[in-house]
Amino acid sequence: MSPDPRKTFRLDGREIPFREGQSVFDAAMAAGVYIPHLCHNPDFEPHSSCRLCTVIVNGRPFASCTQPAVAGQDVKSDTPELNEMRRSLTEMLLVEGNHYCPACEKSGSCRLQATAYALGLQDTHFPQFFPHRDVDASHPDIILDRDRCILCGLCVRISRTVDRKNVFAMTGRGIATTIVVDSPSGLLADSRVSRDDESVKHCPVGALMMKGEAFKIPIGERPYDKALISEDSVAQFQAREAAAHG
Amino acid sequence: MASKRKIATCSLAGCFGCHMSLLDIDERLLDLLELAEFDRSPINDIKEIKGMVDIGLVEGGLCNAETVRVLHHFRDHCRVLVSVGECALTGGIPSMRNHHSLKACLEESYIRGVGVENAHIPDDPELPLLLDKVYPLHEVVTVDYHVPGCPPSADALWHVLSALVAGRDPHLPPALLKYD
Repeated sequence: MSPDPRKTFRLDGREIPFREGQSVFDAAMAAGVYIPHLCHNPDFEPHSSCRLCTVIVNGRPFASCTQPAVAGQDVKSDTPELNEMRRSLTEMLLVEGNHYCPACEKSGSCRLQATAYALGLQDTHFPQFFPHRDVDASHPDIILDRDRCILCGLCVRISRTVDRKNVFAMTGRGIATTIVVDSPSGLLADSRVSRDDESVKHCPVGALMMKGEAFKIPIGERPYDKALISEDSVAQFQAREAAAHG
Repeated sequence: MASKRKIATCSLAGCFGCHMSLLDIDERLLDLLELAEFDRSPINDIKEIKGMVDIGLVEGGLCNAETVRVLHHFRDHCRVLVSVGECALTGGIPSMRNHHSLKACLEESYIRGVGVENAHIPDDPELPLLLDKVYPLHEVVTVDYHVPGCPPSADALWHVLSALVAGRDPHLPPALLKYD
């Protein structure tokens, strides 16, 4: 179904058409407007936990990935205040994990890194946490490196709703929150996860990766060597919309 | 002609890769030397900054008492201080030791390490005291600008240096902003 041309909302002064039931995020991306995001993958249910996609709707902040578009509402996204908040959130994500970009196999394909590029982050501002986090390399095909996890919950959601295996869950609270694996030993090797599962294919960072596939793409050829995530994610979203709705 | 800008550089807990990248600006070094001159730097082997310099480039993080002393020396003698490279910005690869105790690191290197002979932890009083952890520069002194990358490309360093020498704010364009 195409957007109803009579139904629009205003985003940073521009009229954005939307379909009934569409989120502010989806309508904006379909119209070619990038809203920074990390925990949301448009192929799956939104989660609204990273808050990077926060916009101001009629004067109040909302996560755009879960905020329904309503005709006539006034939305602000590309403002100095919101972009500064997005930078601070990204800086905090970078310092509270162990993100060693120069040594990471995901570098160049990592959405956290690419989002930081898009936001123009030249430093991480805050003191580094250097937390202790466990790496699970027990599985023959899959590695779970919690050092790089940003707790977006995508693996948890996808394993529950798509794979229907409930392999992953989050435990603990606040800064102690961590990903756990459903198996008697707590290790991936003893779980029901397999390399064909969707849950292990959509990690935005290098926390869940396939073994034996690191550094296959040479530096200079990696996705975010060639395009900014802002351009890349809008293009992918529009291609997905065109395939689904014509 | 206005007097030339003075630039000082040093490598702390780094690998000198950022300095190699600085040399990689190739013939633009000649353009740079029209506008600036090097004070203390491993490039010319001058050991201490005399007086004040305009721009200080610091590669590497902080891992021992000597790196902290040199960083304070740079902060005290540089009008503009620039963190260069991932180690200076975040601690980088050397900060991977932060996940282990200092004692465990020393024992792994000097007691239990492969091929170690006459095993003992070096204790010569001339050796600078190691810090408990490796720290990024901005956790110890105020840093004016940051240039990420491992190393930052020659083009990124040239972009920043040419802006600073001309008195402009260096802001890396997307094509030059890399963390690896």
